[in-house]
Amino acid sequence: MTDATNMTEPLLHIEQLGKRFGGFVALDGVDLSVPKGQRLGLIGPNGSGKSTLVNCICGTLQNETGSVIFDGIKVDGMVAHQRTRQGLARSFQLPRPFRSMTVAENVRVPLLYTVNARPGTHLSHSELDNRCMELLRLVALDGKAGKYTTDLTQVEMRKLELARAMAAEPKLLIADESMAGLSHSEVEDIVALLIRMNERGVTIIMIEHIMRAVMSFSQRLVVLVSGKKIADGKPEDVIQNKEVVGAYLGQ
Amino acid sequence: MRTPAFTLILTAVAAALYFTFNFVGNDYLFFAGYTVLQYIVLATAWNILGGYCGYVNFGSAGFFAIGVYTTVFLYAVGQQIETLVPEFMLAPMQLIFPLPLPVMIIVAGAVAGFIGLGMGYLTLRLRGVFFAIATLALTVVLETFIVNWSFVGGSRGAYVIPPNEVPVFGNFIQFLFALMLVLVILALTTARLIERSKLGVGFATIRDDELAAEASGVPTLRLKLIATVVSGALMGMAGAPFPFYIGYVEPASAFNLSYAVNSIAMPMIGGTTSWIGPLVGALLLGTLQQVATVTISSAVNLLIVGLLLIFFVIIAPRGIVGLVQDQLRKRSKS
Repeated sequence: MTDATNMTEPLLHIEQLGKRFGGFVALDGVDLSVPKGQRLGLIGPNGSGKSTLVNCICGTLQNETGSVIFDGIKVDGMVAHQRTRQGLARSFQLPRPFRSMTVAENVRVPLLYTVNARPGTHLSHSELDNRCMELLRLVALDGKAGKYTTDLTQVEMRKLELARAMAAEPKLLIADESMAGLSHSEVEDIVALLIRMNERGVTIIMIEHIMRAVMSFSQRLVVLVSGKKIADGKPEDVIQNKEVVGAYLGQ
Repeated sequence: MRTPAFTLILTAVAAALYFTFNFVGNDYLFFAGYTVLQYIVLATAWNILGGYCGYVNFGSAGFFAIGVYTTVFLYAVGQQIETLVPEFMLAPMQLIFPLPLPVMIIVAGAVAGFIGLGMGYLTLRLRGVFFAIATLALTVVLETFIVNWSFVGGSRGAYVIPPNEVPVFGNFIQFLFALMLVLVILALTTARLIERSKLGVGFATIRDDELAAEASGVPTLRLKLIATVVSGALMGMAGAPFPFYIGYVEPASAFNLSYAVNSIAMPMIGGTTSWIGPLVGALLLGTLQQVATVTISSAVNLLIVGLLLIFFVIIAPRGIVGLVQDQLRKRSKS
């Protein structure tokens, strides 16, 4: 593959993605293409299939129809850790820290198992320590490196979640509701953090309910309703869309 | 401390223990000590899957019995070699059989490890109580298989006659005791090595949160398979010398519930997060059971385990090691 084709080829390409849970259709043929470097906001009412979409992209769930192509490679059928090693990282809606470990040890896990598992990289112990601190500085948790995760506040837990995802050196980061339940200033803190990560060259899909955050973050906005994509475009255009307004406020 | 230094210290402690027992000169000490050592191996092995990865295995008795019956099988082959192999094969086979016990232990470890791999593939997609039930079921399947296999004695059991004398050690029970000491060193070194390696970090992420582990790039299924293989192999090795120790085995004694219960209770009481926990738990409970067997009755053994387990689950869920750690942390804070 040459660099030229790399530029035009989207980083993530989803085609006709479908997933059911019993009789409930969670995803109904979703198409989505995300170019490199984009900041994409993904919104939709509760139960619209946002988290299912994330789970199908990341391999936590396997899609039934359609395909997921990431960085030119078809990743359907790959289990989650293989996709992480391909450069697809996520944070969880409810923080899932490793509770028996310190903050720094949490961030160390992806460095050991993802970064060091890639061919040609092997970080030494001191390099690992440095990288951990660098990541924790990025999310302003460096002061808590030696603390256990049970000692963290809610917003710190979200930051740790993002730092751990970033530790895998992803090309694409999916932040699944990283701001739910946070205060006004904390939300701004996290948005700024995500933009900083994007400036480092990471493509980001942000799933969020907090519209203020979505609007300030996104370069493009996608709306999912009942497992279908109903709008896709510039954020300011999308929120004017009649269908979108209808879905949120009721017809 | 580096691993070779650690192993060296363990070996020194083991040698000191052996010579102390030898100096006292009472065979009973070796018999009782053997049982305690066997439990240290079993508890440490259980902890690799149960403590480090958080997968509660109720099938310890099954893996122990795989070791027991590997020995019984190899012993029976050695006894009946003339009838089993064609004439032209007899001379080379007689060079190999009867196999020395240490070789039997290694074979038993391989067989149990292999069955561990099979069990892992079948059950490791299950979590929590479902996994525990599956391991229990595996034990029942294995026991049924052994009961109906007459070559290894079936339900009527099999006699395994230990030799009267062994070179260097003299007494056979002293030889068995020494072998078990070697297995203890092997088990503890393995556990500690895992704990401090990348593998140990991976195991801990599985115990803490499997979804997050996968998302961080940890190949959870592969690591769990490694854990079942290592854990199963060590349990099988712990069981391999047992027929020689007891002289007569039947399925009910090899698949005894007390192995399953003890190998869970000992790490729980000692503490599951480090190699010290199962060691402390097995030393404490194993010795207590030996004392109770002599002073009261062996029937009281499981009762002791049960009571202690209830006590620890309520008062100190992180075991003795956790209790000590909390005390140390408190002291350093004040």
